Amino acid sequence: MPGIKDATAVVGIGQTPFAKQLPESEKALACRAILAALDDAGIAPAEVDGLASYTMEETDEVEVAKAVGLGDLTFFSKVGYGGGGSCATVAHLAAAIAAGQATVGVAWRSRKRGSGPRPWKNTASQLPTPAQWTRPFGLLRPADEIAMLARRYMHEYGATRDHLFHVALACRNRANQNPAAIMYERPLTREMYMTSRWISEPLCLYDNCLETDGALACVVVSAERARDCPQRPVYVHSAAQGLPAQHHGMVNYWNDDPLTGPAWTAARHLWKHADFTPDDVDVAQIYDAFTPLIPLSLEGYGFCGRGEGAAFTEGGALEMGGRLPINTGGGGLSEAYVHGFNLINEGVKQLRGTSTAQVPGAATCLVTAGEGVPTSALLLRS
Amino acid sequence: MLTPVVDDDGAPFWQYAAQGELRVQACADCGELRFPPRPCCPHCRSFASEWRRMSGRGRVWSYVIPHPPLLPGYAEQAPYNAIVVELVEAPRIRLVGNLVSGPGEPLNSLSPERIRIGARVQVVFTDSDGVSVPRWVLERP
Repeated sequence: MPGIKDATAVVGIGQTPFAKQLPESEKALACRAILAALDDAGIAPAEVDGLASYTMEETDEVEVAKAVGLGDLTFFSKVGYGGGGSCATVAHLAAAIAAGQATVGVAWRSRKRGSGPRPWKNTASQLPTPAQWTRPFGLLRPADEIAMLARRYMHEYGATRDHLFHVALACRNRANQNPAAIMYERPLTREMYMTSRWISEPLCLYDNCLETDGALACVVVSAERARDCPQRPVYVHSAAQGLPAQHHGMVNYWNDDPLTGPAWTAARHLWKHADFTPDDVDVAQIYDAFTPLIPLSLEGYGFCGRGEGAAFTEGGALEMGGRLPINTGGGGLSEAYVHGFNLINEGVKQLRGTSTAQVPGAATCLVTAGEGVPTSALLLRS
Repeated sequence: MLTPVVDDDGAPFWQYAAQGELRVQACADCGELRFPPRPCCPHCRSFASEWRRMSGRGRVWSYVIPHPPLLPGYAEQAPYNAIVVELVEAPRIRLVGNLVSGPGEPLNSLSPERIRIGARVQVVFTDSDGVSVPRWVLERP
């Protein structure tokens, strides 16, 4: 059966600087990231015929194509559910190219989250279903919604704030190695974590991702075309989206089993179509808008058993040299929060051997999108 | 404070709440409860539904204590609690709410130290900006 396994590869990545505030518009940042990715790939803008981004991306295809001078587009796609869409943008391009609907695809995300409006503040557009069941009661922000699952998770499995700290620290330590990371020169200590202000108990300041301005993009072509590109190809080995039965985005409290989220659904498809298993993954970029998403994702993607995600973080497992180094650019917690797209590009860097926190000989990388919302994931290989 | 923006499926919940009744949508054919309300039964695909009255007793499934930055009406009461209650007669029906010291009391009226997962709670109804909303009190205060 034909599929997408290793049929396509990421051959170019690009990004803008990351900062709390950047002067340029989202559209300008998008164009810069896309042009940087195409330059990295050695491909002219006029050759691009496929685009993919998030439904929450405000720079649409028409604007991008017009501004950077793309050719005729024969495939364009947008993926819903915020940060759950990140990996699916690449997956849609991979599928389209494998199926012959496009030859050169670009995925991107541009965002002014640091200086721009936060979506949860837009009360008018978010109150109808399902928000009528949550927001009037003061469950207002994504942090509150995930904190509710985190509290239950801690209660059921004995997870502690120290476990969440392990996640925050691993990401910060990697950011301290990455000059492009917002938290490059800002180490984190356990005391800082434990004494920081609450955002939504049991989550404190350091359990939350950064508010960032910035943009990223990557270029996907067929494996055959990839051999002619200047960079070492990073193959899309397997990809999946995940929207579980009876799931409810961010507030999955109504599912029969709210602690098994979309990661579990995406993982089943991802591994079914892969030649390797979680044990074979050298490094992972796991969506980290909030620290509890890491133990939940570790369980969902099969790195440990149900309820073992918190314990998995002990003993430096997520650090360099540990059982599963994660978020080696610093992740959403400490590099930049650009709806998880920086995790995709960091995965590519690891498999090119160019990460600022390079896992020696890394040949396989899992990249995930937001857990807690309809999600997506990629298995990349060199 | 935010008041619910009601859709067709959710309207009966709020109408019954205005009468002081906690009701949950059920399939009129197979009898399965479902929440949040929706047009069609996910078990038997029937479009016939009814609203079944609940005892109003439940248990705390989880809770959070939000701190600012928050929308102004909530920031004034922060830190407050938001809880998820599972209903005793239908443990998989879970409602987001607030644990308060009594009907009409503010969202921060109960000390966070008094909240624990598994605590038994009882529904009460409170007027909030002209809308009757369910809140919860400890069964054993």
